[in-house]
Amino acid sequence: MANSKLNNLAEVLESVVIRFVGDSGDGMQLTGTQFSDTSAMFGNDIATFPNYPAEIRAPQGSLYGVSGFQVHIGSVEISTPGDEVDLLVAMNPAGLKTNLYAVKPGHTIIVDTDSFTKKNLEKAHYESNPLDDGSLSNYRVIEVEMTTLTKEALKDIEGLDNKSITRTKNMFALGMVYWMYDRSPAHTIEFFEKKFASKPNIIEANTKVLNTGLYYAETLELIPNAYTISPAKMNPGTYRIIMGNTATAWGFLAAAEKSGLELFLGSYPITPASDILHELAKHKHFGVKTFQAEDEIAGIASTIGASFAGDLAITTTSGPGLALKGEAIGLAMMIELPIVIVNVQRGGPSTGLPTKTEQSDLMQALYGRNGESPVIVIAASTPSNCFNYAYEASKLALEHMTPVILLTDGYIANGSAPWKILSTEDMPPINNRIISKATENWHPYDRDDATLARNWAIPGTAGLEHRVGGLEKDRVSGNVSYVPENHEYMTKIRAEKIKRVQDYIPEITTEFATSGDLLVVGWGGTYGSLHSAVKHMNEEGYDSIGYAHFNYINPLPKNTETLLKQFKKIVVCELNGGQFANLLRMKFNDIELIQFNKIQGLPFGNAELMEKFKQLLK
Amino acid sequence: METTAEKKYSYKDFESDQEVRWCPGCDDYVILRSVQKALPEMGIDRKDVVFISGIGCSSRFPYYMNTYGMHSIHGRAPAIASGVKLANNDLSVWVITGDGDSMAIGGNHFIHVLRRNIDLNIILFNNKIYGLTKGQFSPTSLVGQKTKSSPYGNTQPPFSAGELAIGAQARFFARIGGNTPKEMTEIFIDAEKFKGTSLIEVMQNCPIFNDGAYSQFTDKAVRADKQLYVEHGKPMIFGTDRNKGLILNKLKLEVATIGENGVTEADILVHDATESDPTLHQMLVRMQDPIVTGIIRMYKDITFEQRENESMEQVKAKSSFHKTDDLFFSGDTYEVH
Repeated sequence: MANSKLNNLAEVLESVVIRFVGDSGDGMQLTGTQFSDTSAMFGNDIATFPNYPAEIRAPQGSLYGVSGFQVHIGSVEISTPGDEVDLLVAMNPAGLKTNLYAVKPGHTIIVDTDSFTKKNLEKAHYESNPLDDGSLSNYRVIEVEMTTLTKEALKDIEGLDNKSITRTKNMFALGMVYWMYDRSPAHTIEFFEKKFASKPNIIEANTKVLNTGLYYAETLELIPNAYTISPAKMNPGTYRIIMGNTATAWGFLAAAEKSGLELFLGSYPITPASDILHELAKHKHFGVKTFQAEDEIAGIASTIGASFAGDLAITTTSGPGLALKGEAIGLAMMIELPIVIVNVQRGGPSTGLPTKTEQSDLMQALYGRNGESPVIVIAASTPSNCFNYAYEASKLALEHMTPVILLTDGYIANGSAPWKILSTEDMPPINNRIISKATENWHPYDRDDATLARNWAIPGTAGLEHRVGGLEKDRVSGNVSYVPENHEYMTKIRAEKIKRVQDYIPEITTEFATSGDLLVVGWGGTYGSLHSAVKHMNEEGYDSIGYAHFNYINPLPKNTETLLKQFKKIVVCELNGGQFANLLRMKFNDIELIQFNKIQGLPFGNAELMEKFKQLLK
Repeated sequence: METTAEKKYSYKDFESDQEVRWCPGCDDYVILRSVQKALPEMGIDRKDVVFISGIGCSSRFPYYMNTYGMHSIHGRAPAIASGVKLANNDLSVWVITGDGDSMAIGGNHFIHVLRRNIDLNIILFNNKIYGLTKGQFSPTSLVGQKTKSSPYGNTQPPFSAGELAIGAQARFFARIGGNTPKEMTEIFIDAEKFKGTSLIEVMQNCPIFNDGAYSQFTDKAVRADKQLYVEHGKPMIFGTDRNKGLILNKLKLEVATIGENGVTEADILVHDATESDPTLHQMLVRMQDPIVTGIIRMYKDITFEQRENESMEQVKAKSSFHKTDDLFFSGDTYEVH
């Protein structure tokens, strides 16, 4: 690549948001992933956000069949996939129509003009061709006959049918974007060589089209400028790009190794949680047992069985599945066995918006069971810290002998970010409570004085034969008990056990101002959006705004109340109707809270947050 | 029965300190004692025995066994037991369930556990009624049966546990009367020896809500003529005079009398429990006069956990990942300086 020439043209920006959109069969997810992986290897910080339809192959060209992938790359710290787009690559009219709103005026749109046929325009509900009618005059539109050029490039390669040829046009688009941002195609070519090892003509075709797109962008003067994004300043170390769901799966792998237990996953496929099952199913070499059960209930029931028998046992699901698992979570809580339930939240209620993000399962996680049944609830906040919180969920479950619900969401689960790789050796120890022999006067419900956790007596251990069950049990022997005072005692001690977890979790801290006029409060997957908005406020000179982000929901950190009281106003920002705000109100009823809620299946945008914060600071 | 190993236990070693609270006269007592008598014959350590139950009268069972046990939630015992067995293949895992627990609320787990063929032993207490909730019809109650929730007669046709199970690919299915403890004990021992999911349906009398549901087959006075107790490799002969047996007439099983119409003992079908084709087993399950008891099907097949373990060993042998760090630091990583 002619870097010297490029540098002359380069307009150095801190960060750029690029969105690839097309039909769900156009390969936009692959295109976006390749671009973000390549950029990360170049040293950029990145954040990505795939946005795809619930239908696997929606009718071609339709508005609801549009699949998109957004990537935010930068030479500075990037904490969200961005809300306004600098470059939109639209492979068809439907993609243009549904995504134009996000493009910054004056910025660039690349379109495949071959797809702007009368039929496709009709399907996208365009009355006239936007490429001709002047409606895009505020944007820099780059029209490319991508399909035609792709076909031309591949005319000499044998053994390719028409479908395989047109399928590679996404690589033409990727090649153009690589050139614009001064990226090498080498990583992507390597990817073809691995993925299509047995199909040399497919490797050749994709490589050819990728390079053709790249050369096309280089030589055509249609492209008005090019940008280079220099590497971000990140802490030294070994990095990789990781998706939230992969990070969750790996956190469990690390926890199993550290605790010396075998990992068992009982699960039933559900969007957007299935990738955790897929990932763990690959790792039989670590002795991981994945059990795809007949339904959500069997998923958690098998998990309870595996935990009873001494595995680190987890189950993964999303909102509707958590509803089905409620009774079984109650059983695990009652018999005080360690399990982890991962809920990758999606838009609800009911089937809701399976492929969109939301934080509306918080109350369900806390209270969605019969009876008084407290469990630990924690939430990850970035794609890469899904690793840490999956590990932490396992540690808390094993050390406190309780179910732990780990909340992530579609946004961080499918998003990817650089991860400074953590070695399992450096992770904190996990002390499981398995006992290997009976001590004198041993009872299954004997408790640790500090944590109130019982011991874990697993089948196969002589002398510890015992029965557990969902019926209320005697406080000492564990035998069935209907004694009124015993039930009250047991209800309270199960609650106290969870409350005492406060002594084993970090205190909540603020970022930016530690006291002042406005505290922004968030929890879970909104960290990137909220952090970035408060950071911008701070850079604009608003120095009395602080930010507190909660990863521990039940129990809350010990100092929560003290921290909240350091600010005049508190705004709780959530992608739901105000569930965390209501939880805080219930716990601290003399603190006034303002809510900022968004329930659109989308993450917060930077602009809307800053507008709200500025209004509150007036 | 193994005779080489010295018996470590008597049935008393499997009694827990809990008082048994079933209604007087319930067949559940017979089943409990038969299990406690069968266990010492199996050559397994008490520490390795796990009983998992669902909800219902029968599901109190684990509390009465001095082994590991879990009284779980309604219908889910097969799924919980599957988790136990997959976590530790060395355990002897038993599921205790009833007709409502297994075929109504837990129907899905029941068919899938049989399909997978995990090495579990399932004892199905079929009393054709809901006992713990006090007398509603169950999925095995008869059409027309008057119960608390069907005062004018049940309008839902029943499942046959055996038909359902074999349809769901059960490799081991046995049926036994709740008042024949000797045969029951032997079946439990065979079920434990069998590698794969074993289902034993006990025709269990509920003296309170459905008394006499099986008396036309199980009463001592009629048993010999109304029950055909089958044994693998033996001709299917029954009757007070041991002169009746099963023959195949075209596509139907029929009862023939030895010595009549030229029928000799050689004409009587010999029971083959190990046949993979379940057609004849289904026909035996469906017979009503006589009703067939004993081990009807015992087809040896690879178990789920054998498949899983083989696959895991193959993956491990080929993999270069030994520790999680090998994975975390593999592939597309990059250095930031």
